[in-house]
Amino acid sequence: MLGGWDIAFLLLQLWVSIVAGLILLPAMFGVSLGFTDIYIKGLLKTLEWATLRIQRGQKEKPNVPQQLANGIIEKEDSPTSMEEEIGELRRSHPKNLAEGNFTLCDAFYFCKKGIENIVEDQVTQRFSSEELASWNLLTRTNNNFRYISVRLTIIWGLGVFIRYCVLLPLRITLAVIGLSWLVTGTTLVGLLPGCRMKNWLSDLVHITCYRICARGLSATIHYHNKENRPKKGGICVANHTSPIDIVILANDGCYAMVGQIHGGLMGVIQRSMVRSCPHVWFERSEMKDRHAVAKRLQDHIADKTKLPILIFPEGTCINNTSVMMFKKGSFEIGGTIYPVAIKYDPRFGDAFWNSAKYNMVSYILRMMTSWAIVCNVWYLPPMTLQDGEDAVHFANRVKSAIANQGGLVDLSWDGGLKREKVKESFKEEQQKMYSSMIVGLDCHETSVGPA
Amino acid sequence: MGSRASSLLREEDIEEIKKETGFSHSQITRLYSRFHSLDKGENGALSREDFQRIPELAINPLGDRIINAFFPEGEDQVNFRGFMRTLAHFRPVEDNEKNKDGATGEPLNSRTNKLLFAFRLYDLDRDDKISRDELLQVLRMMVGVNISDEQLGSIADRTIQEADTNGDMCISFNEFTKVLEKVDVEQKMSIRFLH
Repeated sequence: MLGGWDIAFLLLQLWVSIVAGLILLPAMFGVSLGFTDIYIKGLLKTLEWATLRIQRGQKEKPNVPQQLANGIIEKEDSPTSMEEEIGELRRSHPKNLAEGNFTLCDAFYFCKKGIENIVEDQVTQRFSSEELASWNLLTRTNNNFRYISVRLTIIWGLGVFIRYCVLLPLRITLAVIGLSWLVTGTTLVGLLPGCRMKNWLSDLVHITCYRICARGLSATIHYHNKENRPKKGGICVANHTSPIDIVILANDGCYAMVGQIHGGLMGVIQRSMVRSCPHVWFERSEMKDRHAVAKRLQDHIADKTKLPILIFPEGTCINNTSVMMFKKGSFEIGGTIYPVAIKYDPRFGDAFWNSAKYNMVSYILRMMTSWAIVCNVWYLPPMTLQDGEDAVHFANRVKSAIANQGGLVDLSWDGGLKREKVKESFKEEQQKMYSSMIVGLDCHETSVGPA
Repeated sequence: MGSRASSLLREEDIEEIKKETGFSHSQITRLYSRFHSLDKGENGALSREDFQRIPELAINPLGDRIINAFFPEGEDQVNFRGFMRTLAHFRPVEDNEKNKDGATGEPLNSRTNKLLFAFRLYDLDRDDKISRDELLQVLRMMVGVNISDEQLGSIADRTIQEADTNGDMCISFNEFTKVLEKVDVEQKMSIRFLH
């Protein structure tokens, strides 16, 4: 007769061998057994069925309001400028050009713009999760979806069980294995003397760890245009949605990371990583010295044996519906820029890290209890600074290319507005533009700050 | 957008707001989501700082005046009803209006009430007259430092001269309305809300 402990031990052995055999080993060799594909296909079918069911349910109950996913205000066909709008306002007003061109109705323009921005603005919506067109059977995205049918509720309940009791333990196991492998592996490789073998081993350790972590999130990544993959001595820039971006990109290539040294678990990982291959970690005090930072990055890319640097020029996490201002620092260093666009499919899980609302641990837990992470990665052709172009213009050019490829809105607003106030200079630009309309000054601004 | 925001809004409240403002059910729930997402303190009311957090509004030269319009005399908080009442002024004017009073006994989004809203942007002390000083204040807000005091002063004088019919060197609401009678207020002071 087997005792209780023996049974538990057997189950544990079974569990470990399943995990190792079916997930770890294929992950390490970059082979897919197809489980994730089947899972994703099944999930898609279920979500499509759920969407149809909800739409049918809403038609049957006409007093239940429909979900408006396209915003509150009708989109303009062609956006108009301050001059055009105020010009139109004044058209019907008798003009008297003796002492400057002001009319009482000019205020209407600013008033309407202001109220429009109160109802719906381009910036604040980027710092919270994207709204879905239709419910994806996760409690957390349940905006206003009322009870529709028994079957839907059962599927939802089943989903909760699968996600929390089956997938979550599995994913946590994988994440733990992946990270401990990273720490031990890189420390071991770090003991070797510098040579080709060491670099090869280091790359191997890094990639297998990231692959394991990707399985730990049920990540399905589609890479496009692999011929444009970042090469050594270059700088890879991408739009930033969450810390998971690093796992997503590092599944298909090795990068040198840039960032601040943290304490705690993060610090341990960072310190061991840098033993096996050069990453660029800064102390907190060093980050403030822009020249020192630029110098270190320049030295890194000058050495053609070192891995390409991975930088997120937005400087903060944005919710993957838009690309916000790229800080020009990375574009001043010289070197070839390899732009990469990352777009997550929001139906399977919300990848955005709202750092104001969730700390790192709750964020990771939310990731691990989502359906899956499905995303597309596009490698764009390399870009360099052109003659006579300044860093800001170059940064905007790269940003537009990424936004265009990923189907994201291209904004000039600074992601730092998440926490900070907007600069007064933008208001002054508006005032200057309006003044030139009143008194016909010669300085016409061609850009009205962030459009 | 808050995930359970709409569940904090009761059906009776929605019906009352519908009657008072003319917004549809779904527009009200949508705007409640927006109200909730602006309300960082989560206390059911917005303060001036909550509005200032919208970057595009913060750079609007008349931003402060617009924000002011939401707050009743001397108060620092605006609740959802007040929020909706102010936004109702910007509903497009339709032919089948069936709802209730603004200050003039007409629907909140009538031409007169829209003009009154704009008038109050200028008339800070609510004495129903736009004085030369009040006009100068608003002008200064809109042009910043780019125009001299003298030039601004003469612009203000000319504007008052054009509008003032009873010679009191101020613009009353009637004079304001008269000057702007040919302006398409209904379109210029309306926002096309999706239904």
